[in-house]
Amino acid sequence: MQTRMDRILFGDNQFFGINHASEEKARVQAMRFRDSKAIMKVLDDAYDLGIKTFMCTTHDVIEDICAFVRENPRRYEGFKFYPGMPYAHKYANAVTEDGILGALKRFTSGNVFGTVLKGGEALITQDVTKLMRLLVDAEMKMFQGLSTEVIFLQNVLVDLLLGLGMKKVFIEYAKYVKERYRAEPGFITMNMPRLLDVLEECGIENPIICSSINKSGFRMSGGIEAYEKALNDRRFRPIAMSVMASGAISPDDAIRYVCGFKKIESIVFGASSKSHIAQSKELIAKYSS
Amino acid sequence: MVRAGIIGLGKMGISHLAILNAHPGVKVVGACDTSTFVTGCMEKVSDLAFYSDYKKMLKECEPDCVMVVTPTSSHAKILEDCLEQGTHVFVEKPFCLSRTEGESLVALAEKKNVVNQVGYHNKFIGTFSKVKELLDKKALGDLYAIHGEAYGPVVLRAKGSTWRSQKNEGGGCLHDYTSHVVDLMNYYVGMPAKVGGTILKKVFSNDVEDAVYSSLFYKSGIAGQLSVNWSESSYRKMSTTITLQGTKGKIVADRQELRIFLNEKNAGLGLEAGWTIYNITELTPPVWFYLRGEEYSFQIDYFVNCVSGGKKPGINSFRSALDTDQVIDMLTQDAN
Repeated sequence: MQTRMDRILFGDNQFFGINHASEEKARVQAMRFRDSKAIMKVLDDAYDLGIKTFMCTTHDVIEDICAFVRENPRRYEGFKFYPGMPYAHKYANAVTEDGILGALKRFTSGNVFGTVLKGGEALITQDVTKLMRLLVDAEMKMFQGLSTEVIFLQNVLVDLLLGLGMKKVFIEYAKYVKERYRAEPGFITMNMPRLLDVLEECGIENPIICSSINKSGFRMSGGIEAYEKALNDRRFRPIAMSVMASGAISPDDAIRYVCGFKKIESIVFGASSKSHIAQSKELIAKYSS
Repeated sequence: MVRAGIIGLGKMGISHLAILNAHPGVKVVGACDTSTFVTGCMEKVSDLAFYSDYKKMLKECEPDCVMVVTPTSSHAKILEDCLEQGTHVFVEKPFCLSRTEGESLVALAEKKNVVNQVGYHNKFIGTFSKVKELLDKKALGDLYAIHGEAYGPVVLRAKGSTWRSQKNEGGGCLHDYTSHVVDLMNYYVGMPAKVGGTILKKVFSNDVEDAVYSSLFYKSGIAGQLSVNWSESSYRKMSTTITLQGTKGKIVADRQELRIFLNEKNAGLGLEAGWTIYNITELTPPVWFYLRGEEYSFQIDYFVNCVSGGKKPGINSFRSALDTDQVIDMLTQDAN
């Protein structure tokens, strides 16, 4: 049975100084959300407005958020996390510092060994499925005891695997998330039509795919026509992100466009003030009926 | 169909391979890395042919073109072998560590009449290519100053055990990071005649510099400033900014925005006096496959089109990359 997703999901780009259209705006926001208390305040605002699903990365500060929600179950009844892994910069920086093997050792607490050579030196396993499971477990540790009904792979990894044609990893990931975490696998991508074809070939049915869907074609690679065709004709569970193209489209225009596609189940957006959250929520309700 | 190979499957190599493999006009015939861990893992989940010896790959696969994505110190030898076989080549930046090697490769590429391209991807970013367009149309009048900056959180502590932390491997902020900025500045205003006051500053690293500061002097009279620091933890990722001042106004450009200030209206360009901001979203056409940035796809598409169309690249040739290497040498010598 498939998990029902809320209409509105709350994103976390604004907490980490990510604004794809403006570095200045990103910097101002990064200053504001230096500590988890400031982030929690915004999540409280969203929760009080009825937005209870937080679609987040596995950045270190999210660990604090998880702890807070875990320690206050009554206050945050019904609060859900939709984790997205991995937080790519963490790994990219580690690879730059320590190389691939060093980075793997760092993030999997040394569980990565396979064959032990005669001299006692252990080789890191090349069993990709095993490595994937270890990394997923490491990323999921912070969410123990919390609701994680959908677990996403971030777009950098999804699109890397997509380009490389590594279908087996998608298949094993989907299987592991269902078996180990009783969750649905989700896929974030900048190449939705192409990913849809490949997931179908992998036998991953009716997949949850989160991708940029907006009026201006921003980060919709494959072209806006291909996206619209997929949204009208194909069988999958789309979540729309970057609906305002990082500020290039007005909220009203943006949301009207996205809500025009009946297949889109959920919309993820980030905001940092209660009034902006409320405004987006009202617009989504207005155009969703 | 262009038959392509790739040598080097580190962070950039894997990323380039994904884009190359997704290109509708390309068949990847071989992928090579000296790390048997990497090739061993990838072999288990991919149908591509993997090698650990690039010479074997070149011989067995005979690709039309190759992307070389290895540490800088190995570029010259690998490129030479590829060129001898008449293979079109794309190499990651910076080009080479020695001018002699660079000159010899430029000559060999010309002799073999093959496509040669270097991975200075900034020229494929909408804002930075728009700057070139505005300068070519003399939007700022006579230029008198340029400031090139880049900051990022690459090296944030003393420990470092890869090639990027070793000078003789081409590691360090100057070769690895500053090369991007210098190349862009050359693109806009040409090479400097000399440099002065160069400081190669160690912040956390032992063997290499983490920051580069210098003044650049141009024959045209333009005053140049360079400030690059890869130990900047206040940045989430690499942030490059170029500022140009001219008699008619100023341009400030980064990968998200191009801001142009004009003293007076320019009807020819359709720009009012004061500030106009171009956002990257309006300057970037859609791309067939996206991974980490449209510019990576555009530069590979450009390379593949040159190979299949029998054209030489108008930008990012070995020759232009050699000019960038030369400025890097000037900075090194001035600092010492």
